Amino acid sequence: MAELTYRDAVAAAIAQEMERDENVVFLGEDVAGAGGVFKATVGLLERFGPTRVRDTPISEMAILGTCMGAAMTGLRPIAEIMFSDFLAVCWDMAANQMAKTRYMSGGQITLPLVVRTANGGGLRFGAQHSQAVENWAMAVPGLKVVAPSSAADAKGLLAAAIRDPDPVMFFEAKELYPVKGEVPDGELVDTLGTAKVLRSGKDCTILALGAMVPRAVEAAERLAREGIGATVVDVRSLVPLDTQTILRETIATGRLYTVEENPRLCGWGAELVSIVAEEAFWDLDAPIVRITTPHAPLPAAQALEDAARPSVERIVDTVRRTLG
Amino acid sequence: MTEVMTKPPIAEATRIAMYELQYRLRVFEKRAYDLFLQNLVKGTSHLALGQEAVAAGFATAMRPTDWTFCTYRGHDHTIARGVSMTGCMAELLGRANGVLRGKGGSMHLGEADKYAMGSYAIIGAQMCIALGAGWTSQYKRTQQVSVCFFGDGTTNIGAFHEALNMAAVWKLPVVFVCENNMYMEYTPIAGVTAVKRPAADRAASYGLEPIVVDGNDADACYLVAETAYERARRGEGPSLIEALTYRHGGHSRADPATYRPDAEVAEWLKRDPLPMYRARLLAAGIAEATLAAIETSANAEIDRATEEAKNGPLPSLDEIEQDTWADGTSTWRN
Repeated sequence: MAELTYRDAVAAAIAQEMERDENVVFLGEDVAGAGGVFKATVGLLERFGPTRVRDTPISEMAILGTCMGAAMTGLRPIAEIMFSDFLAVCWDMAANQMAKTRYMSGGQITLPLVVRTANGGGLRFGAQHSQAVENWAMAVPGLKVVAPSSAADAKGLLAAAIRDPDPVMFFEAKELYPVKGEVPDGELVDTLGTAKVLRSGKDCTILALGAMVPRAVEAAERLAREGIGATVVDVRSLVPLDTQTILRETIATGRLYTVEENPRLCGWGAELVSIVAEEAFWDLDAPIVRITTPHAPLPAAQALEDAARPSVERIVDTVRRTLG
Repeated sequence: MTEVMTKPPIAEATRIAMYELQYRLRVFEKRAYDLFLQNLVKGTSHLALGQEAVAAGFATAMRPTDWTFCTYRGHDHTIARGVSMTGCMAELLGRANGVLRGKGGSMHLGEADKYAMGSYAIIGAQMCIALGAGWTSQYKRTQQVSVCFFGDGTTNIGAFHEALNMAAVWKLPVVFVCENNMYMEYTPIAGVTAVKRPAADRAASYGLEPIVVDGNDADACYLVAETAYERARRGEGPSLIEALTYRHGGHSRADPATYRPDAEVAEWLKRDPLPMYRARLLAAGIAEATLAAIETSANAEIDRATEEAKNGPLPSLDEIEQDTWADGTSTWRN
């Protein structure tokens, strides 16, 4: 076991896969010479050279288009979109082209590619550099959607995403980049579409994703000190979705909470909750509760941003108040 | 602009093949139009009647493993890479024997095995996607060229700028071919563009030469293509070529193109690439019987393709949820 930051785990996954497969290539703004604005790709240029690790102009359409065309013709590219908010300027590539070309070609064209992007709030960057937009991608058939919450998952899930034969949108929680965690030594490859039960409790089940996972875990620890047992499930992958684990853990406690960084309307929790409502309604003991960011742009000021995003305190208070 | 040549440095067999290809493209598009009028083709379609010389010249100069990326006006560019008329017509008719099994339709024709990498229906997308094929070629040193077709209207979308700049900076083996048919959909391109030549006048922005070619002249297109492909294979980077041509019909099925002055249409019909090229080959000593045999064969081919398309089975409803993912399914949960 080594202790790595989340950002170093990202670089470690890319290096592991580039070492293993010469078809893996990487492009994005400031990713090569500068090692990424979040320093998540430091050292890759030096190790793999400028034909495989390439800086691009500020041209998100061209970045994703190049990524897609490379995937169509035999490479296994990884593209970085610096902030997930910028997906809005190249959404044609993600939603119309990458997502649909395999289907529209009658299965002729395969697109083994990964789009990595720094997602979510916590850095006081304001409403255009702080959004959590994994729910946008979740709404598009043809995109897989993954969001790791720890260094080990950042490495293992990114490696799995690179080896996956389909387009994967990989949402890295920018708030978690400096957070350290234990990462197993040697080659690490996880499995997409698997949720992880991080702790078990008898009273309620909390589903969380990305940056919200450490908050849900800390909330569960505080609740435990008050005698409330909370199961925490790290959803990890929205598409494919590990519905079996979600249903099983929900049925086990009969009480369900979701903790979402997405704005309220059509956040990923809404879809998960609808699955539970359709398939486990009679196993629920009380209404489901969604803990989300309000349906408003995310404000910049620290005091406002902290209050807008689901916090440990809000999770604890909400569970305590509603569990009664 | 490249002048019309009576004796271009192109092998006779190649020129005959280009006549045959243009003729086949013409009969395909005319038949597609007939089938719309009979309401056998649903949805929309964008015919390239009048633009055959561009497709024929540029495709004929390619190697079999060069890639084509084109627009929703892509029937010609797809067939020009050797994709069957039956597969294309059946796709237009929504049949299971369509080249995309009925999943894509008129605007998305392509066949990966023929290196026809698809037709793209959102303006400009394929210009960016073509870069990726260029990167594959450059990285693997395969000498393949990525050839990207687009219309004059595409020169005003951001993707045009992003793609050309990055292709030039990365020195990618991509050849960008603007088919300037003078209209972006229903609007004259001159009325919405700040320069006279929408592609060529912008080449300097990317450190590229302005290249304009007669898009109704297959020989001229072939020669300019050959030069650009050689430059790409030598590692000297992309080219941007503007081919001047004209749509004989409207933008799409719904458009009778009444906004175009009669005199302009008449002038361009006089420059119809098919009869022009036929006359030129005859003048070059190619036998009338050779050309007539090509025409007879193509007429039979389109009749056969039409029948095979009409008689093709409807797609199985299982297709709806097939092939979203590489495992053949659309499964998103366990």
